Amino acid sequence: MKARHQRLLLIAGALVALGLIAFLVFSALNENVAFFYSPTDVREGKAPKNKLFRVGGLVEPGSLTRQADGVTLSFVVTDNAKNIPVQFKGILPDLFSEGKGVVAQGRLNDEGIFVAQEVLAKHDENYMPPEAAQALQKAHDEATGGAAP
Amino acid sequence: MNMNWYKFSAPSAFYPLAGKLIPWFWALAALFGTVGLWLGLVVAPIDFQQGEGYRIIFVHVGASWMSMFIYVVMAFWAAIGLAFNTRLSGMMTAALAPTGALFTFLALWTGAFWGKPMWGAWWVWDARLTSELILLFLYIGFIALTRAIDDPRRADKAGAVLALVGVINIPIIYFSVKWWNTLHQGASVSLSKGSSMAALMLWAMLLCALAMWMYTIAVSLIRVRGIILERERHTEWVKALLLQNAAAKPMIAPIAQREAK
Repeated sequence: MKARHQRLLLIAGALVALGLIAFLVFSALNENVAFFYSPTDVREGKAPKNKLFRVGGLVEPGSLTRQADGVTLSFVVTDNAKNIPVQFKGILPDLFSEGKGVVAQGRLNDEGIFVAQEVLAKHDENYMPPEAAQALQKAHDEATGGAAP
Repeated sequence: MNMNWYKFSAPSAFYPLAGKLIPWFWALAALFGTVGLWLGLVVAPIDFQQGEGYRIIFVHVGASWMSMFIYVVMAFWAAIGLAFNTRLSGMMTAALAPTGALFTFLALWTGAFWGKPMWGAWWVWDARLTSELILLFLYIGFIALTRAIDDPRRADKAGAVLALVGVINIPIIYFSVKWWNTLHQGASVSLSKGSSMAALMLWAMLLCALAMWMYTIAVSLIRVRGIILERERHTEWVKALLLQNAAAKPMIAPIAQREAK
């Protein structure tokens, strides 16, 4: 075997070893790398207690209400399996809307309500003109028999 | 065509070839960039969720792709250099690093400008953003390490090891949005699922990315020519080249004659 082939083999071997190390490190880190917990995670007790954490999911359509003081908002975050009621005092990002993605940071209080300090909007990877989105919505409503407003 | 491509692994043969290629890549970058930006900023419709604000995608995605791609190319040259001991590969790796760092910075910066109005935050420590920041540190680390070692061959070796070790980060950046919960949305374009963008937006984005690719090749070739001249300044061909240039440009004649001595 030529010297350079030996070196090539050595480099390949080193890369495989590095990959393995990285894989092990990242599978160990896996639990901690998550940016947010889903409502199901929280209900199953996977979220940290008495500590700040983030909960992410979709804003349940029709759940956004403003409380009597005029600045406190409440809405429900859902992953279509479990729900978490969220309370937030502050300004919502522009992209926040019912049925869309949201990530809220805060903690659970004793009544099981998530008191958020920060609310971020999470949008999806779809980009299209408004007319296309309306056409898609219409087709979806017709297919599912739901009434379009 | 039966041509011996290996001869271009010699810096003396690659130098004039690179010089001939540079204007072509500049022209392609200008063409793709003009058409891409025109399609993206003028022709493409607004987005159904983000309105006009989504248009930063035409810079952001291309810059992010290039930031990852350039690192992979650097790792490729690093492996070639370590395995075959070729001089040119180390020079290529060194020539690519500053452009890689530039695109990584641009990706992070445009991302922050996009994140603030859409998500509500300039920066969050999610897996995608954090791993891209690590990429910036890898580029800066590579540049610092190779510049800190005086002997170019040893600098190349050390840099190559760093480039190869760091390449682990690239799949982590790319798949971070798949493997973990992140605030950053998933990929809009993928080989397995195709694209989730309107066709016109997609074409504009691809053309802009292509323009950045051509730009990268053009500036990297310019930079590698500089590195070749610097490292080979004591060779006969560089001295001959300097004298030849001096004949054409009297302004630099005194410098050329001094260097040629």
